[in-house]
Amino acid sequence: MGIGELPYDVAHVLGGAMLLVSFVLLYQRRVASLVNALALQGALLAMAAVWQGYVQGAPQLYVTGLIALVAKGVLIPIFLRRMMRKLAPGHHTEPASNIGLSMIGGALLVALAILVVLPVTTGAKALAREDLAVALSIILLGLLMMLMRRSALAQIAGLMTMENGLVLAAIGVAGMPLVIELSTAGLVLVAAVIAGLFARVMHERFDSLDTDMLDPHRGEGR
Amino acid sequence: MLTLLGACLLALLGLSALGVTGRAPRVVFLGCAAAAAGFGLAAAIALTGDGMAATALPVGPPWAPSLVALDPLSAWFLLILAVVAVPALLFAAASPAPPPAEGAAFPLFLAGMAAVLVAADGFTLLLGFELMSLASWALIAARHPTGVGRRTARLYLAFAAFSGLCLIAGFALLAPAGLGFAAIRAAPPEGWRAAMVLILVLLGAGSKAGLAPFHIWLPLAHPAAATPVSALMSGAMVKVALYVMIRLLLDLPGPAQPAWWGLPLIGLGAATALIGALRANLERDIKAILACSTLENMGLIVVGLGLALVFRGSDLRPLASLALAAVLLHALNHAGFKTLLFLCAGAVASLAGSRDPDRLGGLIHRMPWVAGCAMLGAFSAAALPPLSGFASEWLLLQSLIQGWRVAEMSIQLIAAGTLAVVGMAVGLAAAAMVRLLGLVFLGRPRTPRAAGAPDAVGMMRVALLLPAALSLLLAVLAAPMLSLTGGAIRQLLGANALAPVAGFDLVLGDAGARYAPWAVALLLALAVGLTWLAVRRRSSLAPTREPAWDGGFMPPPPHLPFGDPLSQVSAMGLGQPIRRSLGRVALAIRERHYPAMPGDPATATLRVDTEDRGFTQMLYPLARLRRRLSRRAEALRGRTLRINLSLAFGTLVFLLALVAWLERG
Repeated sequence: MGIGELPYDVAHVLGGAMLLVSFVLLYQRRVASLVNALALQGALLAMAAVWQGYVQGAPQLYVTGLIALVAKGVLIPIFLRRMMRKLAPGHHTEPASNIGLSMIGGALLVALAILVVLPVTTGAKALAREDLAVALSIILLGLLMMLMRRSALAQIAGLMTMENGLVLAAIGVAGMPLVIELSTAGLVLVAAVIAGLFARVMHERFDSLDTDMLDPHRGEGR
Repeated sequence: MLTLLGACLLALLGLSALGVTGRAPRVVFLGCAAAAAGFGLAAAIALTGDGMAATALPVGPPWAPSLVALDPLSAWFLLILAVVAVPALLFAAASPAPPPAEGAAFPLFLAGMAAVLVAADGFTLLLGFELMSLASWALIAARHPTGVGRRTARLYLAFAAFSGLCLIAGFALLAPAGLGFAAIRAAPPEGWRAAMVLILVLLGAGSKAGLAPFHIWLPLAHPAAATPVSALMSGAMVKVALYVMIRLLLDLPGPAQPAWWGLPLIGLGAATALIGALRANLERDIKAILACSTLENMGLIVVGLGLALVFRGSDLRPLASLALAAVLLHALNHAGFKTLLFLCAGAVASLAGSRDPDRLGGLIHRMPWVAGCAMLGAFSAAALPPLSGFASEWLLLQSLIQGWRVAEMSIQLIAAGTLAVVGMAVGLAAAAMVRLLGLVFLGRPRTPRAAGAPDAVGMMRVALLLPAALSLLLAVLAAPMLSLTGGAIRQLLGANALAPVAGFDLVLGDAGARYAPWAVALLLALAVGLTWLAVRRRSSLAPTREPAWDGGFMPPPPHLPFGDPLSQVSAMGLGQPIRRSLGRVALAIRERHYPAMPGDPATATLRVDTEDRGFTQMLYPLARLRRRLSRRAEALRGRTLRINLSLAFGTLVFLLALVAWLERG
């Protein structure tokens, strides 16, 4: 299976689209668009999972796709949107921070991921290799996003992206048991809920979602 | 043989279970003594006849069964264990009942030491070593629930853990093929691996044997335990560490190791001997004096071991066998007289109520049996000629003197320098024994308790007389005992190596020096007998008893019926000349003088704080380093969220880049 064959091409397109959305997440300053992009990435992930299930003949990947669609494409975006609506309009965007720098850093990270993954996986199927490289890029971009963004909501979005990358890596490998994907999905739901609660409490206390605000208050309330 | 050893070990485990209950402590200790005697019997059978080849046990780690064997080397050290353990356990049975934890740990301690000695693979040896370390820690900690003793126990545990880790690492380097001794001998280490084995064994077994600079725990931990435990730790446990050293440096790495292997041992041994002998002159606790004397003797033994390595590496087999014979004989002799001295010290501590020489004195009148035994042990420790310590130290010094036969000039010079240091250490050790005997047994009682102390009776007296008789036997029969080590010497140095023995004499070659203990003993007995006859029988004057000279002091006031304690020399006072002249070699000393204010009738005081240089120059800097590192680590916690994230991110990216770079190359 290689370039020019349908299974590979479709998987490649879906993974590439997720990577593209990751770059969108990296520069998008409006929170509403951020949530939309996250939902889009979740939907793309669901499609990728279904496609992999079809190609590998593994029906449990359909379940994974369904979970991804429901949780990441619908539930979490709705949750984040409701949280956003409670914010004052001034918080719907966040101050511009080094967008050019993050885009260059993101491109370098993608290059690094490809440099790492491709030589390691010589001998594996081309599909799995590309998939792993894209997944690692998405994880690294999510981490970079958590690092560069100051708003708690954007950091939650970064965490979700990382998880999307993990699931993408998992579905690319044949024979991953369903229970692992189920538990990852459960974990990310719980993480999203906790992070959302945290952001809300933070907003009530400090009237801001800037996590740098937290540092001066460390150790309080014991 | 296997049945005997197995029965003894199982009996010890059973006795440990009985000891937990705290019931019948005498039964526990007498049972342990019987088991120790069983070990001695097995050792004697193995030394005179055939040993036991490596036998697989039905138990063991998952990858291979445990192996046990009793070759001449193990048998010799098993004999040493029995020589120490039987009197010590009799003494324990004669003492008041100990806490239950002690009754439980004592059999385990014995079993651990025996397991180290009979092990024929690395796993069993390390298992026994750790059991020995933990059980001896429990024995110290059981006596000291809180306070200084508990801190000492913790220090000891830290050193024990350190030595165990070093030994495990040493075995890992030594045994790439398998942990069985036969497999290790088949593939001896070379190059950097051999050098690392040497370093790790010196750190591991050396810190257990009390080699400088890891000796600092020994003068604290040995006296902190109960007397029989002190005797076992000082007499047998350090010998087990020595056995591990011999096994891992002389036996398992094969005969092809270079001569320089012995040099670190010689240097460390000489330093330990000097430090131990110096400190023995300065301690204020009779058991600590004996523990420091153990340091001195271990130093001498390790010097001999280093010499054996040097001579073997230089192809001087007869000299190597001379040095090795000195090591083995001194290990046995030291076990004999140190057990005797520790038990005497324990008897003094329990019957006269103190271990501080400044609260004792004049005990020779009240405790003639204990005093006689202690004198025998102390003379032996001071290496006076007909007694046991002399024979082995003579052999050791003779082999040091032969150091010039090695071709390299540097080794000749090192041997000469070591000879000077060892000579000084032996002299200082004799001075320490004079100080111990003089303060504790001679002079006048310094306290009423010491003046009313009863003598040792019953089983306690038996426990003292047993090692005393053994020491005397070892003194006269040094040569036949040494010929028993022939098997061990052949095992380590090749088939044609011989113990330096001819009949009842110790000899150095056919035309070399000769020492006949029986002749010396006979001449001395003759001289003493003739003098006694001349003074008591042939003299026309009747003996009279005069008051002791008081050093020019006034007669004691009436409220001090036993004399003014200040008119007798104190422990610190007797040690002062040595402390002033040489003390700074081993100790960091701080003297402060507090003069009385003018017009104040109070006396001026002189306060002397001493601390071992091992503490000030090794342990305290290490503790400071740890504090500094933990402050650094603490500072990491104060970073902001963003910096924490970027640390993780940076590490991840760095590692990935490293992977990518490694794949290219």
